[in-house]
Amino acid sequence: MTSVWPRLEPLLPKVQKPARYIGCEDGAAAKPPDPSLVNWCFIYPDTYEIGLPNQGLQILYEIVNERADGTADRAYAPWGDLEALMRAEGIPLFSVEHHTPGHEFDLLAFNLSAELTYTNLVNCVDLAGVPVRAADRTEDHPLIVAGGHCTYNPEPLADFLDAVVLGDGEEVVGQITEVVAAHKAQAGASRASLLLALAGIESVYVPNLYEVTYDGPSVASITPLHPGVPAVVTKRTVADLADWPYPRNQLAPLTEVVHDRLNVEVFRGCTRGCRFCQAGMITRPVRERPAEQVRTMVTSGLARTGYDEVTLTSLSTADYSDVSSLVEGIMDDSEAEGLPTVSVSLPSLRVDAFGVSIAAQLQRAKRSGLTFAPEAGTWRMRQIINKLVREEDLYEAVDAAYSQGWQRVKLYFLIGLPSETDEDTLGIARLAANVAEIGKRHNKRASCTASVGGFVPKPFTPFQWFGQNTTAELQRKVNLLKDATRGMKGVTLKWHDPKATLIEGIASRGDRRIGAVIEQVWRNGGTFQEWSEHFNLELWTQAMADNGLSIDDVVHRHRRSDEVLPWEHLSAGLHKDFLWQDWQDALAEVGLPDCRWTPCYDCGACTGYGIEHVVASAVPPAGGSQGTGQDLGTGGAVPVRLLGRRPEAVAG
Amino acid sequence: MTAPAPGRQIVRIRYSKAGRIRFVGHRDVARLFERAMRKLRLPVAFTEGFSPRPKLSFGLALPVAHESEAEYLDVELASPADLESLPANLTAALPDGFTVEAAIAIAPGQPSLQQAIISCDWSIEILGAADAGIQSAINKVLAAPELPMERIRKGKSTVADVRPAILHLECVGPTSDGVELVASLATETVSLRPAELVQLLGSVLGERPLSEGRTRRLKQWMIVDGARCEPVSPPGSSTRPALVRAS
Repeated sequence: MTSVWPRLEPLLPKVQKPARYIGCEDGAAAKPPDPSLVNWCFIYPDTYEIGLPNQGLQILYEIVNERADGTADRAYAPWGDLEALMRAEGIPLFSVEHHTPGHEFDLLAFNLSAELTYTNLVNCVDLAGVPVRAADRTEDHPLIVAGGHCTYNPEPLADFLDAVVLGDGEEVVGQITEVVAAHKAQAGASRASLLLALAGIESVYVPNLYEVTYDGPSVASITPLHPGVPAVVTKRTVADLADWPYPRNQLAPLTEVVHDRLNVEVFRGCTRGCRFCQAGMITRPVRERPAEQVRTMVTSGLARTGYDEVTLTSLSTADYSDVSSLVEGIMDDSEAEGLPTVSVSLPSLRVDAFGVSIAAQLQRAKRSGLTFAPEAGTWRMRQIINKLVREEDLYEAVDAAYSQGWQRVKLYFLIGLPSETDEDTLGIARLAANVAEIGKRHNKRASCTASVGGFVPKPFTPFQWFGQNTTAELQRKVNLLKDATRGMKGVTLKWHDPKATLIEGIASRGDRRIGAVIEQVWRNGGTFQEWSEHFNLELWTQAMADNGLSIDDVVHRHRRSDEVLPWEHLSAGLHKDFLWQDWQDALAEVGLPDCRWTPCYDCGACTGYGIEHVVASAVPPAGGSQGTGQDLGTGGAVPVRLLGRRPEAVAG
Repeated sequence: MTAPAPGRQIVRIRYSKAGRIRFVGHRDVARLFERAMRKLRLPVAFTEGFSPRPKLSFGLALPVAHESEAEYLDVELASPADLESLPANLTAALPDGFTVEAAIAIAPGQPSLQQAIISCDWSIEILGAADAGIQSAINKVLAAPELPMERIRKGKSTVADVRPAILHLECVGPTSDGVELVASLATETVSLRPAELVQLLGSVLGERPLSEGRTRRLKQWMIVDGARCEPVSPPGSSTRPALVRAS
C-alpha cells in the first residue's frame, strides 16, 4: 500500500491549519493498512476539527484495530484550500495516520451525523478516486458504507452507498470485517456476491438490493430484489454498555478541535420521550454504564491524555442513576491521583434546580454561562412536544444558577413545531424576559440569550408525518421574536438561518430521488454546506427544480397516515402504531411518562429485541417534573445539595 | 515573569521540534506542553483569578512549518521538581518530534524570553535555485546601504529599512532540492522573518518569487552582562560555530 505523504508534505506550508493533515494524535493507531487484512478507513465528512472528537467513529476505529483480521485509519474532508491543491496535483483523499490513498482501502466508512454534510460525503468518495455512484463501482473499488443517526433515512444517499449500518456499530463492524475477509480470500468473487453477503448481516442495509417505486410525491412500494434479503432491516442494539468500554484510548489531537477534552459515555438511549428528538427515539432503551467503569475510564483517560477536563456524555446526563455520587467519586478519584484541577462537565442540563445543583457541584470555579433547553415557550406547546418542563421548574433553575454565581443563561428553543401559534412563539420572548428579570435580582450584569432554531421533522419520531414550516413562516416567527425582544433589557436573541433548515428538511425525509439533487449540488461546488460562508440555497432550489422535484412535496407536505414512508423498509425498533398514537397524543396535548420509571407502553425498542433498560436505580431522580409529567419532587433518593452563594454573585 | 512565591521554582526548558510536528502552530504547542506536564503531574503554578491559567511562558513564536533546534519556554512550578530527569520524561510525554534537550532553574525576576531574545540564526532552503544566482542576490543584499521593505504589521502596511535586521547571511551549499542559506536575523527594533528574507532575495534577483523549502531555527540569542549567549546551552558542545555580524 502506498503513501501520499511525499507529495502532500510540500503542499502543507501553503494551507491553513496544516496540523489537521498530519495525524500523530495521542491514541492514533500504529497498525498500518495491510493487503492481507481488511482495511477500513473511517471518514467524518466535515473538517478535522469537527470530525475528530466524534465518539462513534473512535469506538469503531479502536474495535477494528484490536482485531487480528482488520486495520483502521481515519480521514476527514480536507478544507477547500488543500482540496484545490490535491486536485491540481492528482493527490487522492488520504488517511491521516498512514496517508494511504482512499481507493486502496477495502472500506470507506462514513459517519453520518448531519444532513448538511451529504455533499461532502459525495465529494470525499470522488476525491478518494472512487466512482460516486455505487452502480459504477467494480471489484477494484472499496465498499462505501455509512453509519450514524442520519442513516435511519439513508435514502437520499442510496445511490452513493454500498451498505448502511443501522444502530449500534460495536458488533456489526466485526461481522462486516469477517464477511469482507472471506470475500478477499476467495479469488474472483464478485462484488454482487459480497453485497448479498453483507445484506445477510443483521442490521446491514444494502440499498441497491431494493427497488423503490413512486406515486406522485410519495413512495408507492419498496421491494427486496433478491430472496433472502430482508423486507425490513432492523437496527442493532448493544444490550450492555459495560461490555464495550470504548474508546479505551480516546484520541488527543495535536491541534485544537471542538469538544477538546476527555469524553466518557455514561449511558446510551433516552426515554424522556421528547417527540421532536430523533436521538431519543432511535437509541432506546436506556443503557447505563456501571459507575465503577465510568470512574475507571475517566481516571485512565485523564492520566493517558493529560486533559484536565472530562465531559460525561449521554442524551441527558443528569438522569444517570445517582449522578451526584458518580460526580463526587470522579472528583475524589482525581484528587487522589494528584489532579486537583480536573473539571467535569455535562453536555446539557436538566431544566430544574437539581440540574443546577449538579452543575454547582461540577463547576466550583469559572461560573460563566449555563444552558437550558425548555424547547418551547408555552406549557401547551411543551405538552405537545412532551418536554414537560413547568414554567416554575425553569424559574427555579435559573434562580439557582444566577444566585450561585452564573451570569449568563442560554435557553434553547425550537420554532415551527406542530400546531404552533403566534402566542406559543411569543411565549419564548416572555420566558426569556422573565429569566433575565430573575437574573437582575441577583446581578445587574445578568443576561439571558434565547437561541432559536427551526424545527426539522425527523424519521422515526412521532413528528415524522408533520409538514415542516416554510422558510417564510420560520422567518416571520423569527421576526416576531426580534420585535418582541427589541428593547428587552438583558435579553439577546439568536436564531439559525431558516434557509439552512429548509435544506436539512430535504435531506431528512427525502426519498431516493433526492440523490440526483445531492449529486448536482456537489457537482456545482456545493460542499461544506454546514458552514454559513459556503451554504448556498440557490444551488439546492435549482437542483430540485432541474430534477422535477417540489420542495413543498418533500419538506412542507403533511404525510398521510397510510402513506409508505421512504424509510418504511427500515426499523428503529419502534412500532409504527406507537409513533402514530404518540403523534395523535401530541395533537391532543397529552404527555407521555418516562418508561424508565413507569410501566412499559410497548414502543417496541425493548420488546422486539428481548432487552430492557439497564439502570442502576429504578427510582426517578429528585427535583422537577421534567419528562414524566409527574411530581418528582419527593420521589428521588438523590440528595439535592445547593452550594453556598458565592460572594461575587450577589454584587449589585 | 514576576517573582515566584517562596518554594516556587522557575524552570527554563530548551527543546527541538522536527518532522511532521513542525506543522503544529505555536498556540497548539503550548497546549501540548500543558497536557504533557499534567501527564507527568508536574506541580505547575497557576495564575490567580477567576480563570486560572498554568504559568507557562514561551519564547518567540516559531512560524508554522518551520523546524527548530532551539525553542524555549519558562514554566513556574509551585514546588521544585527533579530537573535532571525532566528532559527525558517530558520528551516521552510529548508527541513524537519534540525533544526536550535541557531544563535549568533560573533566578526569579529575569526578563521574559519574549523580551530577552535579540536575534535568531536560521537555516533556510531555497527550492530550485542555483548557488551562483543566490550568491549574487546575497552579495547585493549585504552591499545595500538600506533595504526598504513594505510589510503588513498588526494589520497595517508599513515601510521599514530591514537592512539592519540582517546580521549575517551566507550560502552554505546545495541541498537535494535547491540551496541552503544560513542567516542571522534580528528580532528586536527592526526584525525580519525568514520568509521575508526569501521574498527580499527574490525581489533583488528580479525573477519569479523564490520558493522557500525547509527552514530550521538553529539558535536564539540574548545578551547577558554584555555578552551574547543562548537562554539555555545545548547539552554537550555546540554543533555549529557561532555566527558573527556580517559587515
